Amino acid sequence: MTRVVLKLGDDVSTDVIYPGRYMATVLPTETPQFAFADLAEFNSRLRAKQVPAGGVVVAGKNFGCGSSREQAVSTLKGHELVIVAKGFARIFTQNSVNLGLVLVEAPDVEAAEGDELEIGASEVVNATSGRRFRVVPLPPARAALVAAGGLIAYTRKRLMERAKA
Amino acid sequence: MGMTVVEKILARAAGRSAVKVGEVVEPAVDLAMSHENGALVINQFLEVFKDTGLEPRIWDPSRIVIVFDHRVPAESAKTATNQKKIREFVAKHGITKFHDIRGDRGGICHQILPENGYVRPGAVVLGTDSHTTSHGALGAFAFGIGATEMASVWALGTALNVEVPASIKVVVSGRLPEMVAPKDLILFLIGRLTAEGANFRVLEFHGDTIRAMSTAGRLVLCNMSVEAGATSGIVPADAETQRYLREEAGVSDALDPVQPDRDAAYERVVEIDAATLEPQIACPHTVDNVKPVGEVAGTKVQQIVIGSCTNGRFEDLEVAARILRGRQVARGVRMLVFPASGRVYARALAEGLIGDFVRAGAVFMNPGCGPCLGVHQGALGDGETALSTTNRNFKGRMGNPTGFVYLCSPAVAAASALTGAITDPRTVKLGGAQ
Repeated sequence: MTRVVLKLGDDVSTDVIYPGRYMATVLPTETPQFAFADLAEFNSRLRAKQVPAGGVVVAGKNFGCGSSREQAVSTLKGHELVIVAKGFARIFTQNSVNLGLVLVEAPDVEAAEGDELEIGASEVVNATSGRRFRVVPLPPARAALVAAGGLIAYTRKRLMERAKA
Repeated sequence: MGMTVVEKILARAAGRSAVKVGEVVEPAVDLAMSHENGALVINQFLEVFKDTGLEPRIWDPSRIVIVFDHRVPAESAKTATNQKKIREFVAKHGITKFHDIRGDRGGICHQILPENGYVRPGAVVLGTDSHTTSHGALGAFAFGIGATEMASVWALGTALNVEVPASIKVVVSGRLPEMVAPKDLILFLIGRLTAEGANFRVLEFHGDTIRAMSTAGRLVLCNMSVEAGATSGIVPADAETQRYLREEAGVSDALDPVQPDRDAAYERVVEIDAATLEPQIACPHTVDNVKPVGEVAGTKVQQIVIGSCTNGRFEDLEVAARILRGRQVARGVRMLVFPASGRVYARALAEGLIGDFVRAGAVFMNPGCGPCLGVHQGALGDGETALSTTNRNFKGRMGNPTGFVYLCSPAVAAASALTGAITDPRTVKLGGAQ
């Protein structure tokens, strides 16, 4: 069981998740401080470690639209947030799989801040409202990457195979 | 069943006779581009080799392009140090397609790639920038990826786990009216498709309007395809592609203009009559919030921006300069013009456009991304409004979360600079005004 820590609408862009003015900061160890930097209250709670790992951000369709900046993923991964949204933009999806950020696509999801969610492979149960929402599984290509432990590990494995060949 | 252009390109790049939508392939990469975020790519690249006992080695340095454009010249010690690290890496690994901060070879990556002939029809082009979709204008399959994925490409030379995307056929016919530009066409299309309407899909452009359009215009269409969520936009190569590559990009080797099969399967077909289009404006804070200029005309603006990978080409500056020539930017408005490359700058200088801008009161800046993404020059003050030829109007995009960004064509931007409010360029009388 995990709790919704932030509720957002449709088309949450990478400029909202990680504003462009912090893009000179690139290292995954340094990006978490700027997560949702323009949502000042939520950002300060994140920085004060008041948001527990596994906390859920619930959003509408097209979450992560815009830039390819990987900071938008590493900044959320740094806080171990889980994103449940009605849909995700392509590059953001790919970056999340590569870095191991958990995305849950639930096209009909309804939840408010403070709601308790139970997230399963095929459905999200909102324990607060009692409603259940179906989950769209990751496409097979991306599922394979997750199984390999992310893109760095997968690439390393491939590299070693080639070096032996 | 026949194949779309992108299916054909992916089949070839993956060494297969055919591919199907949804299938996973591992295409060989022809060109891999990064800008300042190369600093993160380098970090992740070295991470891949960690504890492997292997020497970090790029699979083919001649296929890597690095262009400094997002923060040029560096705005901070941090950026300058990132750029310095990239320079050192570039020298160590023998990357020759490196475009540093220079008045001749420098510029925005999405102009540098086409104008130097780095992009060919049929190529697989990846970039750590979402607007890498631009290069579909030359008949390539070009799309944006993240830094870790690029590190993987640098190591292996292939993109792991690419799903063959479905394609949407966009057929545009008729002649674009006076003062209506490719920018208006793509904004109109994004408004119709919505910001996620082409998510995980390719927009394949066809029709007589596209055939008659210059490569500069096609770059605008493909550049902003990503704003409808598209993986990529693509214009199948034709005589104009060949002309551009031969005459403007200095390419002399053989070209392979990959075409879709007649019986290729499209997810849907969208038809647009270009002759009835009006100038379009994307209103805050989403790119699909598109209205004809008349609906927002009169909205006061404090900053006008012309430039970016979308509309910083010579053709764009020329249209704007023609409107500004002999007139003055309105009081209370700051107008910033950013050419897309050193080459564009030099031509604007030679043909007198810079004088037109400066005499009108515009500020003519160095080539680069400028205020588009709010990291460098031209941030908005609290509550201010910008009208810009760039590609995104997200909340906070131009450096201030309380600002408002409207997107438009160069003609609308120039006409509005004269009045200080959003203005339909068709109402401006050209020539003779003082």
